[in-house]
Amino acid sequence: MTELVIRGGTVIDETGERRADVRVADGRVTEVGSGLSAGAGATVLDAEGCVVAPGLVDIQVHFREPGREDAETIETGARGAALGGFTAVVAMPNTTPPFDDPAVVKSVLEAGRRAACEVNVAGCITLGRAGVELAPMGELYELGVRVFTDDGDCVPTAAVMRRALEYARALPGAVISQHAEDPSLVAGGHMHEGEWSSRLGIPGRPAEAESIIVARDLELVRLTGGRYHVLHMSTARATELVRQAKAEGLRVTAEASPQHFSLTDEACASFDPVFKMNPPLRSDRDVAAIIAGLVDGTIDAIATDHAPHVPEAKAQPFEEAPPGMLGVETALAVTLTKLVEPGSLTMHDALALLSWRPARIAGLEARHGRPVAPGEPANLCVIDPAEQWVPDGERMASRSRNTPFAGMKLTGRARHTVLRGEPVVIHGEAQR
Amino acid sequence: MKHLLSIDDLGPVGIEAILDLSESFSEVTQREIPKVPALRGKTVVSLFYEDSTRTRISFETAAKRLSADTMSFTISSSSVKKGESLLDTVQTIEAMGIDAIVVRHHAAGAPHRIAQWTDASVINAGDGRHEHPTQALLDCFTLRRHRGPSLAGSRIAIVGDIRHSRVARSNVKAFAALGAEVTLVAPPTLLPESLAGWPATVSYDLDAVLPDVDVVYLLRIQRERAEASRFPSLREYTSRYGLTVERAARLKPDVLVMHPGPMNRGVEIAAEVADGPASLVREQVTNGVAVRMAVLYSLLGSSSAYPRVDGMRPTHARSTDAPKEGAR
Repeated sequence: MTELVIRGGTVIDETGERRADVRVADGRVTEVGSGLSAGAGATVLDAEGCVVAPGLVDIQVHFREPGREDAETIETGARGAALGGFTAVVAMPNTTPPFDDPAVVKSVLEAGRRAACEVNVAGCITLGRAGVELAPMGELYELGVRVFTDDGDCVPTAAVMRRALEYARALPGAVISQHAEDPSLVAGGHMHEGEWSSRLGIPGRPAEAESIIVARDLELVRLTGGRYHVLHMSTARATELVRQAKAEGLRVTAEASPQHFSLTDEACASFDPVFKMNPPLRSDRDVAAIIAGLVDGTIDAIATDHAPHVPEAKAQPFEEAPPGMLGVETALAVTLTKLVEPGSLTMHDALALLSWRPARIAGLEARHGRPVAPGEPANLCVIDPAEQWVPDGERMASRSRNTPFAGMKLTGRARHTVLRGEPVVIHGEAQR
Repeated sequence: MKHLLSIDDLGPVGIEAILDLSESFSEVTQREIPKVPALRGKTVVSLFYEDSTRTRISFETAAKRLSADTMSFTISSSSVKKGESLLDTVQTIEAMGIDAIVVRHHAAGAPHRIAQWTDASVINAGDGRHEHPTQALLDCFTLRRHRGPSLAGSRIAIVGDIRHSRVARSNVKAFAALGAEVTLVAPPTLLPESLAGWPATVSYDLDAVLPDVDVVYLLRIQRERAEASRFPSLREYTSRYGLTVERAARLKPDVLVMHPGPMNRGVEIAAEVADGPASLVREQVTNGVAVRMAVLYSLLGSSSAYPRVDGMRPTHARSTDAPKEGAR
């Protein structure tokens, strides 16, 4: 096993912040202190001016394997994630076949073992994500699955949602995650419903489709005592509902995606479907509420909803292109540029949202988001908070190109990423 | 101007200029040989992803009367059904060497996408629910002939399925740009979710609006909207929002009635009204050719924006009356 010395950086983890070098050997952090020497054969990772942090954790990615390996694979998706500073991801189950079968989940976990970041799997709530019969949640749990969701398909009926929340209570650490958009209200819709959709003539998806489902589900959480997570929350009203539920003590968490705190529905006026996603880009007011939720802790995590689509799928009119965008390589930079640079969050806050809090939501806290301290698993990232760069879909690790942040000036980028003690990214270059 | 994607591309001055040019071409269309060599050697392709015989034929007639070569690419006879992307289709057409693409598509913004992928001029012949700028221009042209020289102060009610109508989205902007006062009349379920930024007022009550209007512009009502419970039934729609014979009898004597076609006689418009003396429906169709000639010529014609062409005398008189850009 490689010995690494990460030299010259500032360590920031959940416990605080300090100038220190970090030695890694045999997959673990072995020493944290100043002026650490590098033995013969040790690899030195330069962290001058950088932040040394626990690796980032993305609890919502779509790596398209199995089924759409032309758009992304576990290998390419994980490589992009590692380049983005992530050491763990949770892959969503809208694959073909979906993750409602232990054999499929096993094959994905197996493929993930060779990847540049740890690939975990979210299991389906219902068979075929059809919203009717429960998937074998217990069997999937035995394979390590902790997050259950029907992904882009919201569980449509209160009765099925109630059963899922009840059943999962027997699975410690399991969480029922919801793509909260009422299917009957968003049917046929392609962007946020409001001034812009009306003007552009693009059928809309109202914000209330989200808050209606969140409100319903929170009632069911109270009824069942279950544990609930809101995927990519995007509206002011849903944020307020979650805030109230937390104050009441319900077991609820929520995540937001970088696109929902950095872009608005006005971007759709270009008719470029790179700005098409679900939930859709919202209004200024929603963006402000999401940022407020991230600042006051109502929203626990930042997750990307990384959703690759082959270029030809996006070379269509807005209404005909599939929803979704790349996210793993830009999430950190968008967070730093849009939230930390303007002073809404500190670097420590941002890392909480990108590392240890999502790790806990997804049951990954034994390995990820750990303090940078001797004996801890060496899943780390080194962030240059000052690097200025402009995303370019053509230069990303993904098999797809659909980033809405192309051409945007961003500040901050992962420089090195260490997975289980191995450097998987060195100076922005993927090593596997 | 390279493309005509939206009425926004023109503004009041641009609209007036197209209308002035249309007057000249209207004269051409009435000649014994209604043809000028203005676009000889140019190739205009119509790319229609939706059936619309009337709009396609109007554009193709306009192109032919300007002596352009025309090609027609319709979905049923094309590779689109084989799963070709819009981008591939456009690149294939462009490879044949063309000057303009006239696009009709069921998705909003399709012409805007195409304009980013081609060197040819793109003309929006209707995109989803978004816009239908040449319809708005021919409607302005028709109205200006009856109520001109200016539409300033004209009160126009647009009645019907505003929500799903590209004609409404273009016409509201064009009518308002020329100074008309526009009222949208529809049940709430057929209005857009938001009317922020629309230069129009709204009413749910046709009978309250009709006594004051100069023009009633009716939109086609589709049976599917009733099936989707946008309103209870066609019968109820007609009783509340149709221009029936009884309602038409209460209009001011000089009121004009318009419809972009195709009409549902007996639903949004009574047959007697459609064929009555107040109806401009057929004139709208006739004027469509001249206005589309003006659009094609503005985009593809040589040298300056509105040059004189052999045997043609463009009238510039009205453009001096047009509001100045930025003075809106």
